[in-house]
Amino acid sequence: MPILATLVSGLLLGTGLVVSGMIDPMKVLNFLDFAAIGSGGWDGSLAFVLGGAVVVAFIGVQVMKRMRHPAFDDSFHVPTSRRIDAPLIIGSALFGLGWGIGGFCPGPAVASLSMGIPQTVLFVVAMLVGMTLHDRVWSRRT
Amino acid sequence: MPTTFTPLSALVGGALIGLAAVVLMASTGRIAGISGIAARLLPPYTDDAFAGRLAFIAGLVAAPFGVMAITGAAIPQTVPTNLWLTSAAGLLVGFGSVLGSGCTSGHGVCGLARLSPRSLVATLVFMAAAVATVFVTRHVIGG
Repeated sequence: MPILATLVSGLLLGTGLVVSGMIDPMKVLNFLDFAAIGSGGWDGSLAFVLGGAVVVAFIGVQVMKRMRHPAFDDSFHVPTSRRIDAPLIIGSALFGLGWGIGGFCPGPAVASLSMGIPQTVLFVVAMLVGMTLHDRVWSRRT
Repeated sequence: MPTTFTPLSALVGGALIGLAAVVLMASTGRIAGISGIAARLLPPYTDDAFAGRLAFIAGLVAAPFGVMAITGAAIPQTVPTNLWLTSAAGLLVGFGSVLGSGCTSGHGVCGLARLSPRSLVATLVFMAAAVATVFVTRHVIGG
C-alpha cells in the first residue's frame, strides 16, 4: 500500500472530523437527541457533515468508475455482497447503541487520542477489546 | 450541554471526509472504513496492507495536532465521564462495527456514496438505534 497516500487520507479524515465538529461527542449526541428538536437543544450539524461527505464521495465514485484499477494497486478491493443478513442488522444495532451511549464512533475516537484525554483512551481500548471479542471469540464459536 | 449549529463548517468538514474516502479509494482501491482499518491492525494479519493502515491511523491521530498548531486554538470536546458507560460504549462500538461490517465512515459515507443496499440498511439501523439510545438515556433514564 502507498504509505504517503494513506497518510494523506488519514490527515484529511482527521481534519474533516475536527473542522466539522464531529470529533466532539456532545455535538453528535445533540444531533441524535431528536426529542430536543424544538426545545433549542438540537444540533443539526451532523446531517450537513454526512451530506457533504456523501456528496463528495459519490462524485468521486462516479469518476472512479472510469478507472480500471486504483493508482497503486491492480484492482479495487470493495465489498460486493448485497445480502441483508442478521450480522449486518444486529451488528449495526449494537454499534448504534454504543454510539448513542458514548457519542463516539471509531474515527473520532481514534483521532481524539492525540488530545490525551484518559476517557478517550479507555473508549479506544474497550473498542479494540470489542473487536477482538468478535474476531477471536464470537466468530470462532462452534 | 448545548452545542452550536454550524452548518458551514459541518459541510466543509464533511467534504474533507468525503475527499479522504476518495483519496483512499483512488489510490488503494479500499473503503475508508475506520472500524475495519483499526480492526485489521490487530493480529492476525491476512494481507500486506499493515503499513498502509498504520500510516492512515497515524494521519488520523496527527490531524488534530496539526489543526491546533495552525489555528492556535483548543478543539472543543466534551467526552463522556462515566467510566463504566465509556467502557460499555467502546465494547459495543467495537463488537458491533465488526459484526455489522462497518461504521459511520464505511457504511454511512462510503457505502451510501456507492449506493450499497447493505450500507443503506446498516446506516438506517445504526441511526435508529443511536437515536433511540439517546432518547432513553437523556429523556427516560436521564430525566
